[in-house]
Amino acid sequence: MSLTNYLVLASILFAIGATTVLLRRNAIVVFMGVELMLNAANLMLVTFARIHGDLSGQVMAFFVMVVAAAEVVIGLAIIVQIFRTRRSASVDDVNLLKS
Amino acid sequence: MTSSIATHLPAAVAMASAPASADGFLALAWLLVALPLAGSAILLLAGRRADPWGHWLGVFASAASFVVGLVMLIVVLGRGSGDRVVDLRLFRWLPAGHLNVDVGLRIDPLSLTFVLLVTFVGTLIHVYSVAYMEHDGDRRRFFAFLNLFVAAMLLLVLADSFLLLFVGWEGVGLVSYLLIGFWFQHTPNAVAAKKAFIANRIGDMGLLIALMIMFATYGAVDFSTVLGGAAGVSEGTLTAIGLMLLLAACGKSAQFPLQSWLGDAMAGPTPVSALIHAATMVTAGVYLVVRAGPIYEAAPTAQLVVVIVGAITLLFGAVIGCAKDDIKKALAASTMSQIGYMFLAAGLGPIGYAFAIFQLVTHGFFKAGLFLGAGSVMHGMDEQVDMRNFGGLHRYMRITWITFGLGWLAILGVPPFSGFWSKDKIIEAAFVGEGWRPWVFGSVALLGAGLTAFYMSRVFFMTFHGEKRWNDGHSATPDTTIARSAVQHPHESPRLMTWPMIVLAAGSVALGGLLSIGGAFTSWLEPVTGGVEEHVPVLPVWLLITLTLGLVVAGLWLAWRQYSQAPVPVVAPAGSVLTRAARKDLYQDGVNDGLLVQPGQYLTRSLVYGDRAVIDGAVGGLGRVMVRLGEATRRWQTGYVRSYAATMTIGVVALVAVVLATQI
Repeated sequence: MSLTNYLVLASILFAIGATTVLLRRNAIVVFMGVELMLNAANLMLVTFARIHGDLSGQVMAFFVMVVAAAEVVIGLAIIVQIFRTRRSASVDDVNLLKS
Repeated sequence: MTSSIATHLPAAVAMASAPASADGFLALAWLLVALPLAGSAILLLAGRRADPWGHWLGVFASAASFVVGLVMLIVVLGRGSGDRVVDLRLFRWLPAGHLNVDVGLRIDPLSLTFVLLVTFVGTLIHVYSVAYMEHDGDRRRFFAFLNLFVAAMLLLVLADSFLLLFVGWEGVGLVSYLLIGFWFQHTPNAVAAKKAFIANRIGDMGLLIALMIMFATYGAVDFSTVLGGAAGVSEGTLTAIGLMLLLAACGKSAQFPLQSWLGDAMAGPTPVSALIHAATMVTAGVYLVVRAGPIYEAAPTAQLVVVIVGAITLLFGAVIGCAKDDIKKALAASTMSQIGYMFLAAGLGPIGYAFAIFQLVTHGFFKAGLFLGAGSVMHGMDEQVDMRNFGGLHRYMRITWITFGLGWLAILGVPPFSGFWSKDKIIEAAFVGEGWRPWVFGSVALLGAGLTAFYMSRVFFMTFHGEKRWNDGHSATPDTTIARSAVQHPHESPRLMTWPMIVLAAGSVALGGLLSIGGAFTSWLEPVTGGVEEHVPVLPVWLLITLTLGLVVAGLWLAWRQYSQAPVPVVAPAGSVLTRAARKDLYQDGVNDGLLVQPGQYLTRSLVYGDRAVIDGAVGGLGRVMVRLGEATRRWQTGYVRSYAATMTIGVVALVAVVLATQI
C-alpha cells in the first residue's frame, strides 16, 4: 500500500464529513460529520507516523480521540437539551444570535 | 550690583530698593486688612442672626482699621523721612522654582495715604449707609460687601509685590461687581454689574500680561526688584510693561477707552457710588501708575500715552457731564474727568506724582461728599435721580445744600477750597515742558477746569436752585413745568446721614489748604515719588491762575444763567448734535458695540456654525458611515450555524491554498 492511497482515503473521508456538516440540517447528523472529519485527521496522523517511524503522530491521534469523546459528551447533551425545549434538532432553528 | 544700579537712579528709587524691615507697631500692619476681612466673614457666615447688629459690626471693623492706620501714621511720622519705607514680610506664599512670592506689606507714605483715605472715607460711608440702607432687607449683606471692599482695597495698596496687588485688584473688582448688582432683582442692575466686570476684566488681562513680562524679565514680581531694576532693562520691555499696566489702570479707573462701565455702575446703591466708584476703587489705576513710576520714567512712550489717555478722558468725562440729567451719572462723568486729571498728572513724571495723589485725596473727600449729598437728595425725593424733576431744594434740605455746595466749590477749584490746591498745581505742571506738549496738555487741563465749573454748577443749580419742578401737592393747576409724578415731600435726611456729609464737607473746605502748608503733602510723599524740583511753566504762574479762575467763573456764570435764572424744562429738549452725543456717552456704547461686541458675536456665531458644520459634520459623518457599513455587513450574519461553518471552511481552504501557492 502506498502513501497516496491513505492520503486519498483520508481526504475523501474529510470531504464527506465537511459536506455533511455544511449541508445537513439535523444536528445529530452534523455531529456525525464532525466525527468523520476528526477521524480523517486521525487517519492522516497515523499514516504519517508510520511512514516517518515516529510515534508522536499516533500520540496525537490519541489526543484527538480523547478530545472527540469529551466533545461528543457535551455536544450530545446540548443537542438533547435543545431538542427538549424546541422539539427540533434542526441546526437552522437555532439562529437566536441573529436579530 | 545693587549699589551700581543705585548710583544711576534717582534718590527715591534707591531708597525704595532698600526698605527697612517692620518692627514695633508697624509689624501689626496686617491687622489693617484682617479686621475688615474678619468683619465681612462674620457678617456673611452668621446669616440672618446678624441682621440686628451686623451693620454696627461693619462700622466697627472699618473704624478699627482706621484707628490702626492712624496710629501707624503717627509712628511713621516719628521716623526720619529717610526710613519711612517699611517692608513687612508675613509668610512665603508661592515657592515655585525660580518664582518665590512672599506675602508682604509695604508701609510707606503712599500706601499710608491710601490706607487713611480708604478707612476714613470708608468709615464715614459705613455710618451713612446704616441710615441709607435702613429699609433694605439685605442691609447685612451690604455691609459684608463694604467690609470686604475695605479689606481688598487695603490689600491692594499695602501689597509689596505686583502679584499680591493683583489679588487686591481682583478683590475690589469682585466687590464692585457684587455691589453694582446689589439690587440684582432688577435686570438692568445685573446687566450693569456684568458690564463693569467685563470692562474690568479686559484691564485685568493687561495686569496679568504685565506680571508675566515682569517674571520673564526679572524673575520676580516684588516692587523692590521690579522697580529697583528698571534701569537695567531694555526700553522696549519697559514700554510693554508700562502699556499693559496702563491698560489695567484704564479698566479699573474708567479711563478712555475702557470708561463706558462707570456710568452704568451708578445702578448700585449711592454709598457704593460714593466709596467705590468715586473716592477709592476707581483711583486704584492712579495708584498703580504712580507706584510703577520708575518703569514709566524709563519708558517715555508709555508715559506719553498715560498723559494722552488722561487728557482724552478729562475732556470726554467733562463733555458727558454737561449733558447728563441723571444726578448720579453726571457725578460719575465728573469722576471720570477728575481721574483724567490725575492720570494726566501721573503721566508727567515725578513732577506730577505728588499732585496726582494730592488731587486723588482731595477728590476722594469732595466727590464722596457730593455723592452722599446726591444720595441724601434721592432719599428725600423718593429715589428720583432726574435733576429736571428737582429744583429749589435748598429750602427743604439745608444741610445737604450747604455740604453739597462746599463740595461743589471744592471741585470747581475755587480758592481756598481743597480742589484749588490740587487742581491748580496739576494745571501748572501740565504747562511745564518743551515743544508742543505743554501747550496741548496745558490747554486741555485749562479747558477741563472751565467745563468742570459748568457741569458741576449745572448739577448744583438744577438740584437746589431755580423753580421747584416737582409736585408738592399744592399747585392748583398742574402745568407743564411741573413733573407729573407722585406728590413729593422733600425732607432733610437723618443725622446718621448728615454727619458724614458734614465731615466730608469740612475736608473739602480745609484739607487741601492744610496739606499745602509748606508743601507738607509733597514732602511727605517724597520717599516714594522722588523730590519735586522747581520747574517753570511756559506761561507765568499768576497768568495761569488768572486764566483758570476766569474760566471757572465763566463756566459758573453760564450755568447760573441757564439753570438758575432761566426756567429748566422738565422734559429734556432735543439739544444740539453734541448734546445728544454726550447724553449717549459720546456713543461709547455704540462704538464698543460696533467694534467689539458685534464682531465678537459674529465671530462666536461663525465659530458655532463652523463647529456644527465641520467638526460635528465630520464626527457625525464618521458615525453615519459606520452605521451604513454595519448595516451592509450584518447581512453576512445569518444566524445559521451552517453558513458560519461554510465561511470557516472556505477561509481555511483559501488560507491553505495561499500557503501552498507561495511554497511552490
